[in-house]
Amino acid sequence: MLKISNLTKRYGSGDPVLKELNLTVEGDQLTSVIGSSGAGKSTLLRCINRLVEPTSGSIELNGTEFTALNRRELRVARRRIGMVFQSFNLIDRLTVMENVQVGRLGYISTWAALTRRYPREDIRHAYELMERVGIAHYANRRADELSGGERQRVGVVRALMQRPEILLADEPTASLDPKTSEQIMTLLRDLASELKLPVIINIHNVTEAKEFSDRIVGMRYGRIIFDGQPDKLTNAEMDEIYAGVPAMDRAEVGAVA
Amino acid sequence: MSMAKDSWRKPPFIANPLIRYGLYGAILIYVGLTLATLPIDWERVSDGMRRAQRIFSGAFPPSFERSGLLIDGFLESLKIAILATVGGILLSVPLAFMAARNIAIKPVYLLGRGIIIVARSFHPVIVAIIFVKAVGFGPFAGALTLVVYSIGFVAKLLAERIEEIDFGQVEAMRSVGAGFIATLAYAVVPQIMPRLVGLGIYQLDSNLRASAVVGIVGAGGIGATLANAFGRYDYDFALAITMVIVGVILVSEAISGFIRKRIA
Amino acid sequence: MMNTQPLQQTLDHWSRFTLRQRLMRYGGLALTLLVVAWALSSIDVIWEWVWDAPAQMGDLFGRMMPPDPSNLPSILEAIWQTVNIATLATLFAVLVSLPVAYISAQNTTPNRVTLWIGRFILVSSRSVNTIIWALLFVAIFGPGIVAGIVAIMFRSIGFLGKLLGEAIEEIEQKPVEALEACGASRFKIVLYAIVPQVMPAFFAVSILRWDINLRESTVLGLVGAGGIGMILQGAIDTFNWPEVAMVLLTILALVVFGEVVSSYLRKKIL
Repeated sequence: MLKISNLTKRYGSGDPVLKELNLTVEGDQLTSVIGSSGAGKSTLLRCINRLVEPTSGSIELNGTEFTALNRRELRVARRRIGMVFQSFNLIDRLTVMENVQVGRLGYISTWAALTRRYPREDIRHAYELMERVGIAHYANRRADELSGGERQRVGVVRALMQRPEILLADEPTASLDPKTSEQIMTLLRDLASELKLPVIINIHNVTEAKEFSDRIVGMRYGRIIFDGQPDKLTNAEMDEIYAGVPAMDRAEVGAVA
Repeated sequence: MSMAKDSWRKPPFIANPLIRYGLYGAILIYVGLTLATLPIDWERVSDGMRRAQRIFSGAFPPSFERSGLLIDGFLESLKIAILATVGGILLSVPLAFMAARNIAIKPVYLLGRGIIIVARSFHPVIVAIIFVKAVGFGPFAGALTLVVYSIGFVAKLLAERIEEIDFGQVEAMRSVGAGFIATLAYAVVPQIMPRLVGLGIYQLDSNLRASAVVGIVGAGGIGATLANAFGRYDYDFALAITMVIVGVILVSEAISGFIRKRIA
Repeated sequence: MMNTQPLQQTLDHWSRFTLRQRLMRYGGLALTLLVVAWALSSIDVIWEWVWDAPAQMGDLFGRMMPPDPSNLPSILEAIWQTVNIATLATLFAVLVSLPVAYISAQNTTPNRVTLWIGRFILVSSRSVNTIIWALLFVAIFGPGIVAGIVAIMFRSIGFLGKLLGEAIEEIEQKPVEALEACGASRFKIVLYAIVPQVMPAFFAVSILRWDINLRESTVLGLVGAGGIGMILQGAIDTFNWPEVAMVLLTILALVVFGEVVSSYLRKKIL
């Protein structure tokens, strides 16, 4: 169970990007976070594994308080959170297998990492997962030889190799064409239920979000203004999430504060 | 789901194992043999360490007492560099046209390329020794050396630029009946001018560096001052000269980088 | 400026540059001429020698003809030595330059202090010429090939380190972020996200430097640091011009050989 409470993030001395945000995700739910650009979706996701350092608040994953960890502890704890990126973030010049094994880097010795002698268990796991997403025959190909959809599958397998307790996906389909994008969303939904894994997805495409999610969270300017099942998301609420002038919201915050 | 494999090896860089291990072996044998046959005389080295200590203790603190000599040496290096750059560019322009495949006829092209290759192949110090023997000690030999050095660099890159020009402009000039010189002046020169100016400034900077070296073999400039100081065991003065050389090189690199950025 | 003038007045007049541009150009030209005039008038040159130079050069080249191959075996041996100096020195310099590049790249250096140490190493290595390094190391190791190798190596570290450092600074940060998210250690991030990205630059720069070092190694002998330069110096000192010509021809062949090999390697590896 991931429990975020009173999370605030402020870059420099500007307005906070996340404002006293609360969110709890559990079970094998697929939760989509929607909202216009600049709403703080990406910052929220990166605050969870502290790729972005939160300003204040608490992030608790299955009993571990992430904001209290020092660097070494954080490194160990991050292995429990899988992450999938918009631009895949693969290492182009390495093979698919090496990219996938990156998910296990935290667990193997430096020597094994250097010589690419991965543990048998990890290799078997990698082949199973690659077969599951349909890229097993690419194991020896270089990552930059693959198409966008295939590259994102590598990204997903890399995250799953960590045997994560939760999966975060930051706009996983934004760089893909509509058909591939749908395939990746289907894959993420199926994996969530197969692996009993809570998944949080940042997504722009509301239609996709409604079709694939168990729960939708609508954000505007650092706050959650909608949280519920996809069919509860009405047009009025959509308008509220995607409309609005930033200045007005900021002013409102100023008045409250 | 089929039974998954549990072993994986990274595909090797060279697929054929015979060639792969052969290559590794050859490299290993080469490095091993050359290292083993290095004539390192450890006694001489330990002796040399004492000598190095003497050099360094003699060099500290650096002495700027004869700064007059130092400034004279530098001004001479600067003059050598300026004259060599100007002379080098004047010679490079026609040479570059000779060595451009799209402008020159084949025999002229080969001659131009040949001259450039010869000019590039010899280290300035070797060229300097020859010139010192031919025209005597002093800055003139240095300037000649750096002219050759400049040709090797400027003419080569300029020729490459000429080969890349947009030939449509040349055809346009020819179609209105312009002569060879007019074609060059209107269709080619404007296209290569920015590169030429950039190369000139860069070459001035590298000539200044090189002039500090060719002086060591008698071709004038600060290098001659340095060689003299070293030869007379004035290590403190030698260190001072080296420090100033490093400083001037850094400053001139910064200036030339700045100007080239402004031009580009 | 053009736009403010009435159109009729400008119709029969055209110039490529504005007044300001033209002034700048003439100013630049005048300044160049002035500097050249200053250099010419004050340089310490005996002008009779200058007018005499073409004749002297012709005379020298006349005496070089025909090149004398009788000493070819020892020349070839010295060339082999020169190749060894360049190759070994490049090899060692590459090894040493890796950590230097790592600490002098802004995105990988551990802290400010190491950054400045790295930059200091690069600058001092690059600014001191090979010949000056060679003078120093001949004094330490005594005349011979060892001093040459160390001199070339010291000079190459700066070159390699600077270019590799720049390559490290230009890498894509995204894979690094992904590895951080996986909880990989600093060293493994370097191994998996930085090394593969820098690899092509690493080979290109090493090959380029080997090519340059081949040229640099030919002059080491002039200050006693081994290689073909020793034979060249000996021949010049004894006024054995035909042999000098032979040595020069061999150096030419060596340099062309180096260029062929390095362009072959570049094509093969990259």
